Amino acid sequence: MAIFDDKVRKQIGDILTKLGDRVNLLYFTQEMECGICKDIHEFLNEFASLSDRIGLTTFDFVKDRDKAEHYKIDKIPAILLLDKNDNDTGIRFFGLPGGYEINSFIQGLMEVSGVKEPLSQGAAEMIKKIDRDVHIQVFISLTCPYCPAAVSAAHRIALENPRVRADMVDAGVFPQLAVKYNVSSVPKTIINEKIEIIGAEPIEKLIETAAKA
Amino acid sequence: MEFKLNIGAPDTEDRVLRMDAGVLYDVIIVGGGPAALTAAVYCMRKGVSTGLITMDFGGQLSDTSTVENYMGYSYITGVDLANKFKEQVRQFEIAIADGKKAVAIEDGTEKVVRLDDGSAFRARSLIITTGKSSRKLGVPGEIELTGRGVAYCAICDAPLFAGKRVVVVGGGNSGIESAIDLAKIAEHVTVVQFLPELTADRVLVDAFEAFTNTTTLYEHEVMEIVGTQTVESVKIRNRVTGDVSTHEVQGIFIEIGLDPNTVSVKGLLKLNEFGEIEVDCACRTNRPGIFAAGDVTSVPFKQIIIAAGEGAKAALSACEYILRES
Repeated sequence: MAIFDDKVRKQIGDILTKLGDRVNLLYFTQEMECGICKDIHEFLNEFASLSDRIGLTTFDFVKDRDKAEHYKIDKIPAILLLDKNDNDTGIRFFGLPGGYEINSFIQGLMEVSGVKEPLSQGAAEMIKKIDRDVHIQVFISLTCPYCPAAVSAAHRIALENPRVRADMVDAGVFPQLAVKYNVSSVPKTIINEKIEIIGAEPIEKLIETAAKA
Repeated sequence: MEFKLNIGAPDTEDRVLRMDAGVLYDVIIVGGGPAALTAAVYCMRKGVSTGLITMDFGGQLSDTSTVENYMGYSYITGVDLANKFKEQVRQFEIAIADGKKAVAIEDGTEKVVRLDDGSAFRARSLIITTGKSSRKLGVPGEIELTGRGVAYCAICDAPLFAGKRVVVVGGGNSGIESAIDLAKIAEHVTVVQFLPELTADRVLVDAFEAFTNTTTLYEHEVMEIVGTQTVESVKIRNRVTGDVSTHEVQGIFIEIGLDPNTVSVKGLLKLNEFGEIEVDCACRTNRPGIFAAGDVTSVPFKQIIIAAGEGAKAALSACEYILRES
């Protein structure tokens, strides 16, 4: 079964013609794939087929333990974005970037490929100044129109500073994490396990909060 | 699997023109919904220098599932229609500041719009199209517990309440739509309605009444939302008898309509009793050179097609004002 209908496939294909440098996707799953893992696998195969500048490598969370540890992947399904030189961008999607999140997925790919809007000077400087490890987790649901903005802002910070890792986490796929972090509305952002942001905030505010974490 | 694609191809060739604090624009439009985007197209076609300051392209339209009463389309999703509006605006070299919120507007020899990131832009005239957003209940506990069980977006947050007990406040279309979404997955849904009957459309009420895990409290109102870390219970008062009862729930969805977004113009523009910006039939406010259009204004009936039409009118009024003043 095809994941995309013809209209969506064409729309995505059109956008991907603007892709700059090559982007390499890593997918962590397991041999006996869970339902959603299988769907994501198909989604990624189909997505990667829409552009010759998208690479896709699949790892087994159990068998490729060393790879999972290298990329600090502690749960699956996980999608990572690597740049053309296979450098880790810190951008991760835990769950299927469907529904509204297709937008943050495409934006992430575009930005990693080098096609991105310039940040304001203040924002760019603030991101550079972050000199500690920062881990941003953005909890979302696929039916939330406000969530992709929160995800993309976190991903952009990760892209601009190698000390920052930013995860999209589908609360529906990881209910135990939603309980752990007390997620009862989305988007909800957790920074370094201790700071919580409810709702989508402009990237400047997110950077400010991340810098203090 | 559904994909709500609303991202466009990046503007690699026709680079986006950023708004410039050094420029005195003829018109600055504040907002991003149908009124704003229509006004933008009209201003650009008139050839006046135009800036657009917006939190999100599409506004409330982007959160609308389907539209069946915008002429030219018998059926289109809100996201698709918003994209078409945006594409039509992007044909022009319009200056844009997006993802930004206007926090204050000042009127003088020049009009100044101050944004939440500290920047400020100047114009000879303004069109305010800031729309509406969810109305708050205004009861104790609401603000403290927002995002901790108090929710305003059922399509976003309903999945987080699977197997839980929830209250929905409001018996209009948005309240009953939310109650239906929640009844599918929650253990129990209590609808609290201020009036003696539900005011939602008949088709929605019928669909809602088909569920067996719901209770409707007519002529009741929420007095307080109680909880330390998350919502634990809601105190609800019977408006006829005055009795207050406590309902143990994990969530409360507030769907009691919308309030106009007028924070940036409070004290500057005249508002009506509903807090909407008062405009005359040419979209003029009480301040010369400041125009308003769409759901934020006193114009009756909040509809996409009306907002778009009003946006066109506000743009033409602003262009006329600039011609006369120069």
